[in-house]
Amino acid sequence: MKYLDEYRDHALALRLVNELNRMVTRPWVLMEVCGGQTHTIVKYGIDHLLPSNIELVHGPGCPVCVTSLEMIDKAHAIARRPDVIFCSFGDMLRVPGSTTDLLVLKSRGADVRVVYSPIDSLKIARANPNKKVVFFAIGFETTAPGNAMAVWQAHKQGIRNYSVLVSHVLVPPAIASILQSPSNRVQGFLGPGHVCTIMGYREYEPISARFRVPIVITGFEPLDILEGILMTVRQLELGKWEVENQYPRVVKREGNLIAQDLVNKVFEVGDRKWRGVGSIPKSGYKLRYELRDHDAERIFEVDEIDIQEPAVCISGLVLRGVKKPHDCPAFGERCTPEHPLGATMVSAEGACAAYYAYGRHLQQHMRRKPGVDQRSAVT
Amino acid sequence: MCLAIPGKLIEISQDAHGVRMGKANFGGIVKQVCLEYTPEAIAGEYVLVHVGFALGRVDEEEAARTYKLLEEMHQLSELEAPDA
Repeated sequence: MKYLDEYRDHALALRLVNELNRMVTRPWVLMEVCGGQTHTIVKYGIDHLLPSNIELVHGPGCPVCVTSLEMIDKAHAIARRPDVIFCSFGDMLRVPGSTTDLLVLKSRGADVRVVYSPIDSLKIARANPNKKVVFFAIGFETTAPGNAMAVWQAHKQGIRNYSVLVSHVLVPPAIASILQSPSNRVQGFLGPGHVCTIMGYREYEPISARFRVPIVITGFEPLDILEGILMTVRQLELGKWEVENQYPRVVKREGNLIAQDLVNKVFEVGDRKWRGVGSIPKSGYKLRYELRDHDAERIFEVDEIDIQEPAVCISGLVLRGVKKPHDCPAFGERCTPEHPLGATMVSAEGACAAYYAYGRHLQQHMRRKPGVDQRSAVT
Repeated sequence: MCLAIPGKLIEISQDAHGVRMGKANFGGIVKQVCLEYTPEAIAGEYVLVHVGFALGRVDEEEAARTYKLLEEMHQLSELEAPDA
């Protein structure tokens, strides 16, 4: 397929790796921000191709993973109501709250529907005027324009039975929070290509300057990732820090201004709790007051639900790049995609789930046997 | 979740509420997309689509340039390491 296949060329990938080998003189720790990038890295084994002194740690950019337990419990409380049709992206259905998940609720008779686009949930609201239709509006900045458009159209067209449960998260405050942490190891970032398609990358420039850290806005195909790594390492080796754009075929510095405009009309920035991490100030979007008639938290009075997460797993440390999935004793044993214990295993884009999907839990078993070299066990 | 896929725009229309919509072809699968955020996109161009919304156009010139740079690096390293 055009713009995908070209960026998966094997021979070219190996050349990029050779170039990297020539360039690198000392160890560096890089973080890819997006879950989609993590998925590409683990799927294609990019981390195993890299020089051994370049370490990739996996970032917090999986919105399904970081949606807080209490927000999921709120979704469940709303979906249980007989007067409600609850619409969600498919990947939220199996994410466990404190007692159940949406798929189980559906099997017990709740009207839970999977939609591909927020616009589909609006159509359901139009077709079911006697029901209250609620859309679970999660995501990073990439998804915000779609969710904003659904709310805006409902507002403009007077669709009064339509509301959204908003749990939007923002990337820049998460990056700043990682860099501020005393346990931070990350020296350079592969920035979020699709978030920046919308937002541009101006807001990453002060972060790069303040923390003296290279940020390279990077795409999602294997060659994109390798070139992003190369550009980041080049900056580190030269002692530079700036924001660079590896992904100019879709990302412009100013982003998509029309989309930003509607997002700002519908949402405002507020504090947000992240699963596995806790509350980060000004790290999410909430609905503007003028659109409160479409705010599911207000309509269904679930804003009192306040859940503390059990400290059963190390996903918070994985999301901040301090630990790797196989550093956790539960990984692949007590904690699997079928029975996830925490944030990074609940969605396919979470670091733990990606490691599991591509057999890295088998590597863990090998590693635990004395005398088995980790690298040779995999390759 | 933030994954967006390039699709070729094959049709542009407006829905009953005046929203700019269209159809995009993703390697044989045709889906409806909202084009409100890409008013400049025309049929035949590639747009990057996420949850049914075109987030931006894929810049063919930039795509070609990035790929050419990668290929040049390829040739360069072949010159440097003929045995590799």
